[in-house]
Amino acid sequence: MATKLYLPKDATAVSLGADEVAAAVAAHAGAQVEVVRTGSRGLFWLEPLIEVATPAGRVGYGPVTAADVPGLLAAGLLEGGAHRLRVGLVEELPYLKSQQRLTFARVGIVDPTSVADYVAHGGYRGLERALAMSPADIVKAVTDSGLRGRGGAAFPTGIKWQTVLGQAAPQKYVTCNADEGDSGTFADRILMEGDPLTLIEGMTIAGLAVGATHGYVYCRVEYPEAIEAIRTAIAAAQAAGYLGGNIRGSGKRFDLGIRVGAGAYICGEETSMLESLEGRRGEVRVRPPLPAIKGLFGAPTVVNNVISFASVPVILERGADYYKHFGVGRSLGTIPLQLAGNLKRGGLVERAFGVSLREILEDYGGGSATGRPIRAVQIGGPLGAYVPASQFDTPLDYESLAAIGALLGHGGIVAFDDTVDMARMARYAFEFCAIESCGKCTPCRIGSTRGVNVIDNLLAGQQPAEQRRLLEELCETMIQGSLCGLGGMAPFPVQSALKHFPEDFAPRGRH
Amino acid sequence: MSSIDAKERAAVESAIQRFGQEPGPLLVVLHAVQDALGYIPPSAIPEIASGLNLSRAEVHGVVTFYHYFRTSPHGRHVVQVCRAEACQARGGAALEAHAQKCLGVGFDETTADGGMTLEAVYCLGNCATGPSVRIDGRMYSNVTPERFDALTGRRGPQ
Repeated sequence: MATKLYLPKDATAVSLGADEVAAAVAAHAGAQVEVVRTGSRGLFWLEPLIEVATPAGRVGYGPVTAADVPGLLAAGLLEGGAHRLRVGLVEELPYLKSQQRLTFARVGIVDPTSVADYVAHGGYRGLERALAMSPADIVKAVTDSGLRGRGGAAFPTGIKWQTVLGQAAPQKYVTCNADEGDSGTFADRILMEGDPLTLIEGMTIAGLAVGATHGYVYCRVEYPEAIEAIRTAIAAAQAAGYLGGNIRGSGKRFDLGIRVGAGAYICGEETSMLESLEGRRGEVRVRPPLPAIKGLFGAPTVVNNVISFASVPVILERGADYYKHFGVGRSLGTIPLQLAGNLKRGGLVERAFGVSLREILEDYGGGSATGRPIRAVQIGGPLGAYVPASQFDTPLDYESLAAIGALLGHGGIVAFDDTVDMARMARYAFEFCAIESCGKCTPCRIGSTRGVNVIDNLLAGQQPAEQRRLLEELCETMIQGSLCGLGGMAPFPVQSALKHFPEDFAPRGRH
Repeated sequence: MSSIDAKERAAVESAIQRFGQEPGPLLVVLHAVQDALGYIPPSAIPEIASGLNLSRAEVHGVVTFYHYFRTSPHGRHVVQVCRAEACQARGGAALEAHAQKCLGVGFDETTADGGMTLEAVYCLGNCATGPSVRIDGRMYSNVTPERFDALTGRRGPQ
């Protein structure tokens, strides 16, 4: 019988040479092996990571190049033999073993194209339970779990669903916001590529809960691998009777489609996403009405992030009490943290809320990739605050971060070493906002460009005290005068950089 | 505005026939046209508008709102360089400068020989192993200036 090898088809793994490794394995091992292309476990410094099935479990080798393959085979790769790239049993690696993988339990393990493999690894148990429950009971389970929106806004998911359930309407929708545009985030991507059926199951449960028969995944165009994975998984779920007009013989309907964005960061804002789904410019809508009352095509609509939906199956399967047992205070359950930027061991770490930033940066991240001290960390994407080293002991939960003027957002953590120029990062925050502003609110549309000018003038030493005052006032105007988080939060990285790294804003002549 | 040619008309008609009946179809149709032609010719806008019962202004407004939609042909190869924070933390700024210097063009410009279009992108979701570059759809990690030369040289002016 052929030995099973597992090799990620994840976009990061492929960018590091996984396809070349797969070709080398096929050329040198041929029929001796059956290669399963999985998602990534999220241990990116080990990618491409080959795992071989042995009686003791999956043994890993990484990072592997195509040139290593003949040597690996000669060393007994197929039996888990010794080699300098052997990392041992993958699930015993401290980086992975210490995690609490609820949402990402199957990522890197299953074949993302196979419903049978998904079910064999516990998939669709949540849906089976939901099919036997009333809509109100499903919503109650999600509410009781304490799940809050993982896209960044952290609004209680159950309350949103309750609002949609309470609307009497001939048509309702379930929409998934997969426009993961924050720099330093890739949890949605890894999940969609590595275990797309978990997302599909979560959306199907949402449809049953609120009485919606149609859903859309709105995925950003920058993620072609994820788009393909979702399309394949939707077709597989339909073929197996988990989507369509008669889900598992229940007589209940849920159809799912995918729509592709077109390179607009703003479409990660829920009302812009709805505009885009309707085929228009992604300009934000004024709320109220809330999308839960008047959303897609004017119908009551659930809008949740990929990770919010993907957390629902385990909640239904194991119960609200099991899920909320993880976490602290009002931040319940687990959060997939994404270790990015200048770290030695970047990747995905799913832990209960409350793990300290220092543990993430040092124990998991291994410090900076360059070996220099980490000077600043941006948490929560381009609209998130910069956190200085003096605050690295902060626990990562919504409330603790709010208490230091930061935010968790979608869980992206971007580390910078001591060569970072914080004035340049502040300037970039405005520049990015200017590029991506939808143009609806003047403070965002014009303020972002003015922000770049003011920082340039400040650094050029033109009336620095006056520029400094202007900058602070501009930030306040944008925060108060913008409809959505782009204009309203783009000042956060700027203000935090000014507060924690004022020395970087000293006049320096020409920028 | 030049008038629409046969190939462009066929692409627009095919896109509208396939997707015109979907709810809110404009982005889906624009994707199909760009997939077929590589860009959305300005001469196609009136055809798309009439096919979907929209105004030209609505279609033009959507085409120009989204960074991904192009209104002119790209070079033989498309080189996308990520400019976002996580790549900057790993040397992205030096790569941005190098890419522009090496190709002799700014972002959203095409080399004089039509060989390469350089584009800035804001996050490819490859944030732990940057700087990240996509060339003709294929993503690369840890792209140093030297690696950039090797990657683009292989695909260089033909």
